[in-house]
Amino acid sequence: MDELRSHIISAIVMHRPGVLQRVAGLFTRRGFNIDSITVGPSEQEGLARMTIISTGDDKVLEQIIKQLNKIIEVIKVRDLNADGTVTRELCLIKTHATSERARSEIIQYANIFRGRIVDVGPENLTLEITGTPDKIDALIDLLKGFGIKEVARTGPTAISRGSKTI
Amino acid sequence: MKGSQAIIKSLTDEGVDVVFGYPGGVLLPLYDVIYDSDLKHILVRHEQCAAHAADGYARASGKVGVCIGTSGPGATNLVTGIATAYMDSAPIVALAGQVGTSMIGNDAFQEVDTIGITMPISKHSYQAMEPSEIPQMIRSSFYIARTGRPGPVVVDLPKDVQEGELDYPENITIDLPGYKPTKKGHPLQVKKASDLILNSKKPVILAGGGVIHSDSSEELKHISELIGAPVTTTLMGKSCFPEDHPLSLGMLGMHGRKVSNMIVDECDCLIAVGCRFSDRTTGDVTKFAPNAKIIHIDVDPAEIGKNVAVDLPIVGDAKIILSHLIRVISQSKSHKTHDWVDYVSSFRAKCMPRLSFEEMPLKPQQVIKEISEAVTDETIVTTDVGQNQMWMAHYFTSMNPRRFLSSGGLGTMGFGFPAAMGAKVAMPENDVVAVCGDGGFLMVCQDLATVKEYDIPVVVCVMDNRYLGMVFQWQKLFYEERISHTKLKAMPDFVKLAEAFGVNAYRVERPGDMKETLQDALKSGEPSLIDVMIDPNEILPMVPPGCGLTEIVGEYKVERENPDEIPYRPSAKETGGD
Repeated sequence: MDELRSHIISAIVMHRPGVLQRVAGLFTRRGFNIDSITVGPSEQEGLARMTIISTGDDKVLEQIIKQLNKIIEVIKVRDLNADGTVTRELCLIKTHATSERARSEIIQYANIFRGRIVDVGPENLTLEITGTPDKIDALIDLLKGFGIKEVARTGPTAISRGSKTI
Repeated sequence: MKGSQAIIKSLTDEGVDVVFGYPGGVLLPLYDVIYDSDLKHILVRHEQCAAHAADGYARASGKVGVCIGTSGPGATNLVTGIATAYMDSAPIVALAGQVGTSMIGNDAFQEVDTIGITMPISKHSYQAMEPSEIPQMIRSSFYIARTGRPGPVVVDLPKDVQEGELDYPENITIDLPGYKPTKKGHPLQVKKASDLILNSKKPVILAGGGVIHSDSSEELKHISELIGAPVTTTLMGKSCFPEDHPLSLGMLGMHGRKVSNMIVDECDCLIAVGCRFSDRTTGDVTKFAPNAKIIHIDVDPAEIGKNVAVDLPIVGDAKIILSHLIRVISQSKSHKTHDWVDYVSSFRAKCMPRLSFEEMPLKPQQVIKEISEAVTDETIVTTDVGQNQMWMAHYFTSMNPRRFLSSGGLGTMGFGFPAAMGAKVAMPENDVVAVCGDGGFLMVCQDLATVKEYDIPVVVCVMDNRYLGMVFQWQKLFYEERISHTKLKAMPDFVKLAEAFGVNAYRVERPGDMKETLQDALKSGEPSLIDVMIDPNEILPMVPPGCGLTEIVGEYKVERENPDEIPYRPSAKETGGD
């Protein structure tokens, strides 16, 4: 049995209604695991880039890529190598922050993680942080002590390093 | 012109001469155009039959079949037929009506999410939101349906889009940047395959439906003779290789011929062409072709390595790749496998299935033997699903491609009769015979009205045993004979049923009567039904699920216990070495 690994799959797709449904439906139907999926416009008009994080062995990964390629509206698919890839995720965290001390600590943490305070209320702070999923996990862990009210994460998006494109 | 006119013009431009359909509220604009059109429309009596008929039309002729259903229930009734075509890679275009664009999403009358429902069972689907999209959508649908690995395409047509105006473009370009099927095989892979083949001593070819889709029966025959490789087929491949050929083994798999299952187990090189290694073909994959290097030729890269690990994949069109292989192999030193071929022939002679049974009630083998005698090589036979299908696959000798049509992947009961109807419409010069079970035929019997109305002279042979035979067989073999709901206690008199539709009907009960009755029915030139009363207790030997192909259960009755011996003469070269 091959080893289960997390894969970053990048796909260029036609920017049309229903494409996300086709891709997501494929994962359900074929029993592929899907950890996260992000979509947004790409560098070319009419095309969108999807970043899919999926866990599976090499055989599953091969099938995912081949099956994705069969979708008429999917133009290119590639498994991005984790080493040669820049991966980023955006996260918004709303925490309890009633005391002065709590507020200043949270602001310090935000600075250390190169995050920003993007909203302030009488009893709460909202932080914005960008980074690898690991880094975001670490900040969320730290903030748990103050009481997290809400977390909104985009899921990772990724691009290969250097001049290589998919 | 109007959207509805553009639909018909697009179909006509694609060379469509007939459509199978059923009208409805949202299709009124389209049917109003069909009223004046030269396009032949066949009004089926259930949308499922429209889809199966389009499928039968496509499989028999190689052209794209077209079916039409209205929104909501019309579209959902098409679903089984679309899924059937998808599993067997049959090129059809299914046009579905849809409620007006302003109503979509409001749970309007007869609204259903056709695109969402058909997404996992179609090669592609389109929903027209503007009349101007229609010409390119329909052009692309046909292109996608028939190219690469063929399959069904769904086009969803809201009512207001049919009614709206558009300028029909003079030139329609297909713009599908994400769809470029590979045709030519990689030359290096072809070279490697030829080396593997030339170094093998016991090669076998496994031919699937892809051989038929790519029209490469000639190439298949050529290469099998060139390299001395016996040919076994999947259910979908049946008919792609003449089954009276000395190198033909018959079907492989759960209900395959004994010789096929044993020889694939023994071979040292398996050349799989246009097949997808379905579980019904391979049995337990860990025990499949254990001694063989596997070469897999398929147009769909996703089929490579999906079910069975292969040693050498070649992606592309089977016709092009087989021709290429033949060229490469012909240039090499000659390759002799006489000993292997002799061995296989002698093995085959020892386990030719017994077909003649004089007893009553009629044995299915005897019925199929008589059907084989009554038809010609050009007769198109369709089967339903279940025992009738496996008996036909096992015992019927098929000679020419596109002359044996069966629902392999989805296993759709009710396929045989409407598919025969579609096949006859596509190929009016060929006789068409549907071999069905009583259970499956009853699911679609309302379409006897269609064959009567349009005078489509198909002959339906109902293998009547008053059981859902295949499940009954499994209950007997694997569920301690607990016969749960497989006995059909109340069934119609099929002769009277056919007569109620104005269709000629016959009943056959005795050995020897089937051949003549079928010939009479075919000669009559009218739609007919033959009710064949058969023994419900006849079991087809099979490989139980989860077992290897050699682990056949049930008595395999053979034609001759001691056929003329053809000795296996292993050469010094073959016995020595490894």
